[in-house]
Amino acid sequence: MITYEWLYILAGLFFLAWSLLSILDRSNTKRWGNAAFWGLLSGSFLFGSHLSDFGNGILVLAMVAIAGVGGLGRSNPDTTSLEDRLNFSNLLGNKLFVPALIVPVTALAGTLLYNYTPFGETGLFEERRETLILFGIGVLFALAAAMVWLKPPALAAAEEGRRLLDSIGWAAILPQMLAALGAVFALAGVGDIIGGIAGSVIPEGSVLLTVIVFALGMALFTMIMGNAFAAFPVMAAAIGIPLLVEGYGGDPAVIGAVGMLAGFCGTLMTPMAANFNIVPAALLELKDQNGVIRQQIGTAIPLWVCNVIIIYVGAFLLWN
Amino acid sequence: MSEYWPLAGILIVVVGFALRFNPLLVVVVAAIATGLLGGLDFVAVIEALGKAFNDNRYISVTWIILPVIGLLERYGLQQRARGLIEGMRGATMGKLLVVYLGFRQLTAAIGMKDIGGHPQAVRPLVAPMAEAAAEKSHGDLPDAEREKVKAMSAATDNVGLFFGEDIFFAIASILLIQGVFESAGYPLTPLQLSVWAIPTAICAFFIHGGRILAFDRRLANIPPPPGEGDHPQDGGGAPSAFTLGGRESDSLNVPLHPAADASRSPSPKGEE
Repeated sequence: MITYEWLYILAGLFFLAWSLLSILDRSNTKRWGNAAFWGLLSGSFLFGSHLSDFGNGILVLAMVAIAGVGGLGRSNPDTTSLEDRLNFSNLLGNKLFVPALIVPVTALAGTLLYNYTPFGETGLFEERRETLILFGIGVLFALAAAMVWLKPPALAAAEEGRRLLDSIGWAAILPQMLAALGAVFALAGVGDIIGGIAGSVIPEGSVLLTVIVFALGMALFTMIMGNAFAAFPVMAAAIGIPLLVEGYGGDPAVIGAVGMLAGFCGTLMTPMAANFNIVPAALLELKDQNGVIRQQIGTAIPLWVCNVIIIYVGAFLLWN
Repeated sequence: MSEYWPLAGILIVVVGFALRFNPLLVVVVAAIATGLLGGLDFVAVIEALGKAFNDNRYISVTWIILPVIGLLERYGLQQRARGLIEGMRGATMGKLLVVYLGFRQLTAAIGMKDIGGHPQAVRPLVAPMAEAAAEKSHGDLPDAEREKVKAMSAATDNVGLFFGEDIFFAIASILLIQGVFESAGYPLTPLQLSVWAIPTAICAFFIHGGRILAFDRRLANIPPPPGEGDHPQDGGGAPSAFTLGGRESDSLNVPLHPAADASRSPSPKGEE
């Protein structure tokens, strides 16, 4: 059976290659920092399952220390010139899109086949892990297809990958770090405290105000935690279920579904949702790390208001 | 009051991000402070952090797509994406991003949330296309506006995903809502929940779509940057990067992004 462990070994080998190539890159004055950072991440993927929790914690601290002192530099491996790229793009045409599509198509078609055909009965993949595993398989297919078709120099794929990875830099592990922070928050009882505070500020007797506090709590707590999943159980337990559903008799389906979406409005406005807001700013090489968030605030706020109205109308006015 | 101490971690995050300290550093300091204030000892905090980091490795696995995107960019993927738009009659940034917004919402609504995404779609395709379309209608753009076009491309991907995916009933967030309500004694079906994602999805399309179109109109009123001799849009659509960067290899790092992927990012824990 193919499990996540296989993927981790694959990713560990990729990061190991990037670490080694970093050492050889004399053009990057911080090459040792890059090599150490990606080398540690490679170690986490390859050996993390066999290290103690404390060992993994020290590994995390070491990576953060390297990034924290500005130890990562931007590499600039040899590549094609803009002119070359334009020529290639004219020569190769829209077929260039094909290898890029192999990955999502493999992940999607594979997931559908695995779930809705007898293929799933083979038990080839770890349960509920098939999409990401198929994604990894898709990457290998796409890489193989591109190598056969384009016949690049041997190290070109690794070097181009390293160029992109170094342009993202430490932000590449920020989403994973934030998930880890969420776990520590949960352990320290942060969610219960927030739920308690939110539950205590509700005015008596006003359905609309209670809806507003619920939706605001979802958005704000989501902004703090970086994702609505952490906020939802807390807000539902503090306000959604005891007050809106049981106290005022609202429709639980609307309160649950739209309450979550009010949280998503918070996701659009927080740097804590690094995958969606900070990583793309790095990928697009924006000067302003919060540039993506700035473009989203103008959508998030009116949409949050819409969600309040939808809950109020859908769960109360129409329901009763 | 002392029961509120663990919230200090939140304050550290907010202040640390605001002061622009390295976010990894901020997160670790916040985690350690929260753990200590929550009554754990130092070793236990480090262990908790290490275990959680290790358990969430799947989030960072997605970077293995970078060699694919990088290799295709080496052979002109971004230029092809731009070329496609430049060759299209009547393509504007506004229309392009509104269509992408709708496409992202619809595909996410039928469970195909892996089709877009920043590394695999926005950087190599959507952002270069939006930039090319904006230049086609408005001429060369000042840097600040060019940045906004790119940022708006990423924002559009996020809005489309967030407010499309919950219409698909077999998605993690719907299952979470169902689980929370079920354990409180309110059994709901995923379908009952997912239909209530539709009104918000429609609002999101009109609000964000309207903002995209307003942005496109506003760009029309912005004068082109001074000191640019020829405007690439007159010359058959050479990306402006050429004229800006003296040395071509340098300009590679500027406005064209090669694209990367993260294709289907299993979002941190899958959620927005």
